[in-house]
Amino acid sequence: MLQPLPPAMGRLATALGLALVFLMVPPTPSEARTPPNVLVVAQIAEPKSLDPQTVTAVNDFRILMNLYDGLVRYRPGSLEVEPALAESWEISDDGTEYTFHLREGITFHDGTPFDADAVVFTFDRMLDEEHPYHDTGPFPLSFFFGSVVNVEALDPNTVRFTLAEPYAPFLSNLAYPTGLIVSPAAVREHGKEFGRNPSGTGAFQFGEWRANERVVVERNPDYWEGAPPLEAVVFRPITDANTRVAEMLSGGIDLMVEVPPDALGRFSGSPDYSVHEQVGPHVWFLILNMKEGPTSDQRVRQAINYAIDKQALVENVLQGTAEVAAGPVAPAFSWAYNEDLEPYPYDPELARDLIKEAGYEGASLTFYVTEGGSGMLDPIAMGTAIQADLEAVGLEVEIETYEWNTFLGKVNPGLEGKADMAEMAWMTNDPDTLPFLTLRTGAFPAEGGFNSGYYSNPEVDRLLEQARRSTDRDERARLYYEMQEIVHEDAPWAFVANWKQNAVTSERVEGFGLEPSFFLLLDDVAKP
Amino acid sequence: MWLFLGKRLFAIVPILLGLSILVFAMMALIPGDPATAILGSYATPENVARLNEQLGLDRPLPQQYLIWAGNLLQGDLGRSYALNRPVAHEVFERFGATLILAGSALLLCAFFGLLAGVVAAVRQFRWTDRIVTLVVLVGISTPSFWLGLLMIMLFAVHLQWLPASGMYAAYGGGDLPDLLRHLAMPAVTLAVVATGVIARLTRTAMLEVLRQDYIRTARAKGVPERRVIYRHAFKAALVTVIPVLGIQAGFVIGGAVYIETVFQWPGIGRMLVNAISTRDLLLVQGGVLVVAVSYVLFNLAADILQALLDPRLR
Repeated sequence: MLQPLPPAMGRLATALGLALVFLMVPPTPSEARTPPNVLVVAQIAEPKSLDPQTVTAVNDFRILMNLYDGLVRYRPGSLEVEPALAESWEISDDGTEYTFHLREGITFHDGTPFDADAVVFTFDRMLDEEHPYHDTGPFPLSFFFGSVVNVEALDPNTVRFTLAEPYAPFLSNLAYPTGLIVSPAAVREHGKEFGRNPSGTGAFQFGEWRANERVVVERNPDYWEGAPPLEAVVFRPITDANTRVAEMLSGGIDLMVEVPPDALGRFSGSPDYSVHEQVGPHVWFLILNMKEGPTSDQRVRQAINYAIDKQALVENVLQGTAEVAAGPVAPAFSWAYNEDLEPYPYDPELARDLIKEAGYEGASLTFYVTEGGSGMLDPIAMGTAIQADLEAVGLEVEIETYEWNTFLGKVNPGLEGKADMAEMAWMTNDPDTLPFLTLRTGAFPAEGGFNSGYYSNPEVDRLLEQARRSTDRDERARLYYEMQEIVHEDAPWAFVANWKQNAVTSERVEGFGLEPSFFLLLDDVAKP
Repeated sequence: MWLFLGKRLFAIVPILLGLSILVFAMMALIPGDPATAILGSYATPENVARLNEQLGLDRPLPQQYLIWAGNLLQGDLGRSYALNRPVAHEVFERFGATLILAGSALLLCAFFGLLAGVVAAVRQFRWTDRIVTLVVLVGISTPSFWLGLLMIMLFAVHLQWLPASGMYAAYGGGDLPDLLRHLAMPAVTLAVVATGVIARLTRTAMLEVLRQDYIRTARAKGVPERRVIYRHAFKAALVTVIPVLGIQAGFVIGGAVYIETVFQWPGIGRMLVNAISTRDLLLVQGGVLVVAVSYVLFNLAADILQALLDPRLR
């Protein structure tokens, strides 16, 4: 039986279809273009807070570094410190007293003056549990300043830090976001909500934060180094990498960081975009279990280093977004990095011989791999490639894959009785941090460190302790050089890659460059 | 009617109680904790212990649950560890965004689903029916996140008609036309699958009704065809379709997770995924609670609507 379609229904369908089409027609043709002098930046996640002492993620640091200043900062293009809010400083001969002379005439965005009291307030709030505003925390990275016993204002423009013992990374920790100076008046006014109502001395001042949509910061016309060219910067959280790429291609954003390797090719050949690359203080490595099993034998550990085709990994799996690592110190720490150290060459023959010599041919290894995590690059693909390389030289490798937080919960307490190898990556702000927390006998998991593979060499312990206490940079460099040679030979890790961070900007953006610190500094960027 | 309503609403309480205990237990069972998630590389046992103490996570689990439940009774959902802001602010903001997205998707799918179903049934076995059935089948079988990506490639990257992601323009904007432009692609994508389901169901229900004796009687009495289809057949078919609309509402909110990720819509689905991976217990609790309540309410609304249409159910 055939039924005639009521004509009204057909007309209605047409009308609705047309309405839908009109909804999609743009009101103006330049819809997608971002306004001049406003830079739209794609972030990889929603920021947690804009209170510099309470956050731990690079994603948050990228905003914070534009809102606040520290007493010192990294010199552009390097990881060495230079004066910022402090014009100069003196270090006592025993290395335990740092006296800073502050720049005068600077005000916070809320109009209150920057002075020695603000510095004391910033550090006391974080370090002193009795401080009235300590409850605005928690302050997860306060241990960076764990050696500080007292912060004292000598006069309105002079402040002195007293340390319990000499601690060489102190200055570079001050340049880190955890050391940025906050406005005491704003903390007093907003309490726990200061992180959403930030006030610093930076080139940009806080505009608005619409949760999960955008954070807007606006030009600080009174910036002590001169007002920045940009009127405003908009940080948009776009967690999905494909969507970030689509936004860049459609003109909805001007700058994106952490471009997926697959997408780089779309931008690198085009005159409409600039691709920026910069090696950062990052090391990607395998922790090898030295307490038991095949990896307790130095020959097997070296064999693993020889067997992994690192060049193929960085070129094929990571598509050129990383470089081959030679040792435990990232090359970005140029003054501390031992240039003479060559990466273990790819030599499967030698690896096979070493394994045979050690009597571990056909031995089976358990390998912890993570699905993804901070700085882990492409961990599953990398883990699988490494598995294939090791099987080619006669080792059976069984991969166990875990979600990032589960993975950390398994690896951090130590690999004993569980696994022979585990992936790991670190990004740090001082060459001291990574080896000190992961390669000393005193950093075994039971002692509260991250030496999950139980590497222990008294000589390395001595060198690291000594380097941490020395305030003379050349002497520190010499000690780190020596440490790197020993660690390279002992091979407690398989050294794999140093990540090159990347970013893409549209052709309208001028004066942008990436920093080795992984921070995003926008005070000299323009977009006419 | 009021008794029925009251009973149904009261039944939510044990559901929510059970659900909150379940979520609490599951979050405690999965490995990893918020302190480790916050500290990342710096999660030494010492640092973790100190942060746990500051977050109040060093207390026994039942005590933590009771504190949470006690605060809830006073209308306090707690504070998110990872976002460092009150859970209630975050959850209601994000749920509002999801409601806008899911609500418009539901409107679209209800309208087009019913329309397509009726057209197909009335024109059974003719080319209109075949085309509608084919389109519906393609719609049901298309993975929505993939459709979303295709739409972004076409409308945002190539044609540059619509913004690729987000809820409002990055700078300026914020008005209704701005919202509609951002809403168009995600809402249509989200509606596609549900439209197919509703269309197929409506077609079957309509065919069933059109074979009934009273339809023949109506036609025999000379009632105009349009009136037969709208007033007699369609109304009867709706009784079967409406509870499915209620269930689809649940699916649409659930399916919104993918769409929210692809289009960076600041909704509650994406919030829950993030909260689980950062082990943000209180945020997960708050989010699940709100989604569960809304699910129950949607189904309740469908039941009420059905009862209004069909006196036998009252």
